[in-house]
Amino acid sequence: MNIIVEVGYLIATVSFLGGLKFMSSPKKAKTGNIIAASGMVIAVVFTFLAIMFNAVPTINLIVILAAITLGTLAGKRMASKVEMTAMPQLVSLFNATGGGCAMLLGLIEAHQLDVNTSLTGIKILLLLGLITGAIAATGSILAYRKLAGKTKDIRKALVVVSSRLLLALIVVLPITYFAGVLPLSFEVMAYSMAVLSLSYGILFVLPIGGADMPVVISLLNSITGIATAFAGFVYGNKAMIAGGIFVGAAGILLTLLMCKAMNRSLLKVLAGKFKKTAISGDTEDQNIKPISISETTMQLTFANKVAIVPGYGLAVAQGQHLCGQLQKLLEARGIQVDFIIHPVAGRMPGHMNVLLAEANIDYKHLKEMNDVNEDMSHYDLVLIIGANDVVNPAAENKPDSPIYGMPIIKTHESKQVIVMKRGMSTGYAGVSNDLFGMDNCNLLFGDAKDSLQDIVNQLKLI
Amino acid sequence: MEFIQNNLELVYFVIFCIFIGIEVIANVPAILHTPLMSGANAISGVIMLGAVIMLFQIPPTNYLLLCLGGIAVFLGALNISGGFFVTGRMLKMFNTKK
Repeated sequence: MNIIVEVGYLIATVSFLGGLKFMSSPKKAKTGNIIAASGMVIAVVFTFLAIMFNAVPTINLIVILAAITLGTLAGKRMASKVEMTAMPQLVSLFNATGGGCAMLLGLIEAHQLDVNTSLTGIKILLLLGLITGAIAATGSILAYRKLAGKTKDIRKALVVVSSRLLLALIVVLPITYFAGVLPLSFEVMAYSMAVLSLSYGILFVLPIGGADMPVVISLLNSITGIATAFAGFVYGNKAMIAGGIFVGAAGILLTLLMCKAMNRSLLKVLAGKFKKTAISGDTEDQNIKPISISETTMQLTFANKVAIVPGYGLAVAQGQHLCGQLQKLLEARGIQVDFIIHPVAGRMPGHMNVLLAEANIDYKHLKEMNDVNEDMSHYDLVLIIGANDVVNPAAENKPDSPIYGMPIIKTHESKQVIVMKRGMSTGYAGVSNDLFGMDNCNLLFGDAKDSLQDIVNQLKLI
Repeated sequence: MEFIQNNLELVYFVIFCIFIGIEVIANVPAILHTPLMSGANAISGVIMLGAVIMLFQIPPTNYLLLCLGGIAVFLGALNISGGFFVTGRMLKMFNTKK
């Protein structure tokens, strides 16, 4: 009987892998998602099959079925209601549930294990799963609250110091326990580790700034995956191990990718630090040339090839639909419009692409930074909406700038640049933008959404 | 050491999984990073299997554990269904128009 279950898990594992593989092209990705989801259903069904051969108390069965039904319905409801701009919050929230599940699993198993003398290896794995799960759970909840604007960054030294202290405790306590120095029962140990890890999860996300959220979300995602893999070890369940590792790998890969796109090391992001250098006087020297809405509209109609560089400001202003309208209007005039997207635009990896796809913009027009940077000079006009640091040429030619070395979109090499801005405030890095003073750059002041709306209205009239 | 010796096959399995996972995921383009993440998130909900297996073993009279286990399964199911549904919803928007 066991072999049937093993085959079921094998099918599930392969379909997870196949599903992820299909994610490599926008056309096939939908099928990939369905494959992975069916793999999950198969895994659940075969788990039931495995245990159905033994007698199972009715109460347990009722609890399981009720929990699965409720969870599935709640998940579906949350997924169908969410706004695309709120996607990072929802993903963190779902991540928290996975972490919470892993933590509860560890706690309950600790109760069950206490009586019999089980292998130390199993105990270590249980604790590891519990710790990672708990960190992912509270960390994700805090990330969710930060993304939703409910919690502010707190960078007090106290937070940083106590979070490091907790981390040290989380590492040292289990080691002393397994060395036999701590005379505690495994149950007590498990509960204290859970409390410590839960608090660590909170303290570790607390000092991290909003713009670093893509890194944190990917990292927490990866931690949940690792927790799943640990739990899979405890049960010797290959579907869980493989699934967990794939998720862990995906998370780590995205984390490093995001760090690279911001030219910051993971450790610095986690410490909540940003290299602050005093650069003064730059702003006053700049020759700022404001431009009006009607001039912008005229310039757009005279161009042959237009690029739009969206940043988080566009998402905040909920301007993605207007961008879609603008693109349609310009295309109707035979003007080619591309969107150039920096890897860290938005609040999670790839977030901007989803927002623009929501506005019915064909993914063929969504360009990655590296693909277009070479022939930037072919663009007659570049419209920058709500992006700042990622188009700052200082990253290329000012070695003393805090953002020096960060990959940027080289908009300054195009023929004409128009930057939509609220005012002369600096970007997240707190540095003035050399682009604004350049000869081919004009600034359109005002709220991004209002300006876009005005441009769209004028275009309709012409 | 004894643990590794008894589970050598699993250790091989893990190492292969790590490499295959990285290889497959490195090919995903930046446009699809958000769906990749929420899809991966849904896959990590496979932890629910552990919760289900464990719930089967809990004595039916231990209401505390039964309750905790129920919450664990609920959270896992929420993770799975929410993750896959939201990924599907996002990917639907990436359709090319004819």
